[in-house]
Amino acid sequence: MNGRPLLVENARIVDPASGFDAVGALRVEGGRVAALAAGAAPGVPEGAIRVDAKGLLLSPGLVDLRVFTGEPGREYRETLQSAAEAAAAGGVTSFLAMPDTQPVIDDGALVDYLARRAQATCKVRVLPAAAITRGLKGEEITEFGLLREAGAVALTDGRQSIQSSAVLRSAFGYAANFDLPVLHHVRDADLAGEGVMNEGLFATVLGLKGLPVAAETIPLARDLDLAALTGVRYHAAQVSTGRSVELMAAAKARGGSVTAGVSINSLSLNENDVGAYRSYFKLNPPLRSEADRLAVVEGLRTGAIDTIHSDHDPQDTEVKRQPFAEASDGAVGLETLLAAALRLHHSGDVPLVTLLRAMTSRPADILGIDAGRLAVGAPADFILVDLDYPWVVAEAALRSRSRNTAFEGARLAGKVVATYVGGNRVFALEGAAA
Amino acid sequence: MAMASPADAAPADHGLGITIPFNHKHLLGISQLNQYEILELLNRAEAMIPVSRQPRKIHPTLSGKTQINLFFEPSTRTQASFEIAGKRLGAQVMNMSVRTSSVTKGETLIDTAATLNAMRPDVIIVRHSAAGAVELLSQKVGCSVINAGDGAHEHPTQALLDALTIRQHKGRLAGLTVAICGDIANSRVARSNLLLLGAMQVRTRVIAPRPLLPRGIGDLATEVFTNMREGLRGADVVMMLRLQHERANGRLIPSVREYYRFFGLDAEKLALASPDAIVMHPGPMNRGVEIDPAIADGSRSVITDQVEMGVAVRMAVLDSLLTDPSQASA
Repeated sequence: MNGRPLLVENARIVDPASGFDAVGALRVEGGRVAALAAGAAPGVPEGAIRVDAKGLLLSPGLVDLRVFTGEPGREYRETLQSAAEAAAAGGVTSFLAMPDTQPVIDDGALVDYLARRAQATCKVRVLPAAAITRGLKGEEITEFGLLREAGAVALTDGRQSIQSSAVLRSAFGYAANFDLPVLHHVRDADLAGEGVMNEGLFATVLGLKGLPVAAETIPLARDLDLAALTGVRYHAAQVSTGRSVELMAAAKARGGSVTAGVSINSLSLNENDVGAYRSYFKLNPPLRSEADRLAVVEGLRTGAIDTIHSDHDPQDTEVKRQPFAEASDGAVGLETLLAAALRLHHSGDVPLVTLLRAMTSRPADILGIDAGRLAVGAPADFILVDLDYPWVVAEAALRSRSRNTAFEGARLAGKVVATYVGGNRVFALEGAAA
Repeated sequence: MAMASPADAAPADHGLGITIPFNHKHLLGISQLNQYEILELLNRAEAMIPVSRQPRKIHPTLSGKTQINLFFEPSTRTQASFEIAGKRLGAQVMNMSVRTSSVTKGETLIDTAATLNAMRPDVIIVRHSAAGAVELLSQKVGCSVINAGDGAHEHPTQALLDALTIRQHKGRLAGLTVAICGDIANSRVARSNLLLLGAMQVRTRVIAPRPLLPRGIGDLATEVFTNMREGLRGADVVMMLRLQHERANGRLIPSVREYYRFFGLDAEKLALASPDAIVMHPGPMNRGVEIDPAIADGSRSVITDQVEMGVAVRMAVLDSLLTDPSQASA
């Protein structure tokens, strides 16, 4: 490990954090970036492993802010290890593990357990997130200080949205105390009611109860006001509507540390994909109208939205192959995140560097971790990507233990050829050169 | 009731010697049918009416077939109607009522489907509280499936029996104005009727207080009204929907008395409709909630005709799905 130096040559290197974008060489020593240069490598270190990456893109490894696993408690859905396998294949070198497990990660000892399990079993970096409230119940805040000491890098209640404004105010203020970012899923539970898909004509035709846009924007507006009040580093975990983009843009214009993420699903799909009650498209937030999808894409381009995540949420067929309203929410996404995002590059909707920034340096900065960039001295977490590699998503070929993909049969262009964590190759595409 | 009386219950030939084939394995919704298929089903149902009016009520085209009525939601009239329809066609009929709660906790819908499928029925009639559940079940069984109501999605045989009742009384469908009034948001009857009537060139109106109107309904109905008096003006058919008492709890609408005052069908409001307007209701009725008892049981009411047409329609649907030689996958 970390023994021989590594030299990757002839790649198009894109480092969104520094703005570097040129064909050149990357040198790795001791698991860290030693040099980055345009053109031919200035010299070949003795005993170096040389990788010719001609025709490939070299990007920092992806940092995914929203990944659910089943460990501990529901290992049949996903273990940390199987999630890490999927992550490596998808070019994700660090992911934030959501605390929605059994038991809930709401105690320092559990954060410590998760970190150790990840260390022992995972080929990518797993960052523990701790619950904001005990048991994700939205009532009593957890021990933020002790959780941070145990290794938690962020606070979130995962799929749950805290309904009490008073609890949120306390949580935001106390999180600011310990300089921990808060990632909050925004959904007004009362207004959402029994809704299961985007409210509109399509839900009406299907006879399904709708989720209004306001069920997202009302709590988002409240959160942004509370963030301004408390000075917390606030991240709206996932937004899905055009109105949310407007709220984020306005809040950013006011200043303060407020950011927002969007799921790759909300960028790629819309409510029509639900089709005839296809429960693999039952997501939270729901797939919205095409107008909302376009607004969110535009929000990403303009910077109102900061990060793209997979919202990787493994669910087994027992809970997924149910009548739509009774099926569980969620879709796996680690392996399709990058290729689905590249659709926006290929279509010309969002520049490549903007897309990569939203999956590398921006999420890393939100967590305040040393990742997502190719600066000298930074951990050598990077990926080699064939931007035009054509492939068709096949459920059976996924590495996750659960196969609930919303991209089954999708034709995508762009695939990870190799993934490196700390200078070690942890994934290589079968049959590919590098 | 004006009544055509064909000599026997064979599929109608439209007087042209033409019978339109019915190329479906399942009947999951009106949305899968075009206007010609709807017309054909109505003609076949009309031809079934005499079977139930003769002393020996048997027309055994389904002799030797097994029909399972699988009801995850309690129902008296629909289940009885399907049972009688099947028996008059000579099928072996079995009723299965399943409590939804025990199903969701233990055996899944798909497990239930697989179990029943192994008993080799020829047709399963399904009612379920979740939209899409019947379609899901149809994908897991080898036999025909008829949707007897799935959540707020569809109830196709109800729409067909409503259309047949209207046609029996009005002699036609095209060009009529039908007002559907009540809890549109939660009604599968409303959705199936809007689809069917829309396909048959009927002017459709929906009338409801705003909280009971689902988003986008204006794209499904010809006109939308929140004032019942305006909505009833000149209507040829007034179709009332059941209001579940629990909706009048102050969360959606304030009270039963307020609902009745503004959206209940009474003589005064009915007077605004066409002078020969008929009054319909899919049942079961809440007298004094959505309809004045005097109207429900009065001369304009065709509610019991709807029940009779229900048996004829279900016989026609069963017969068409199970005996049509051109039967293919839906």
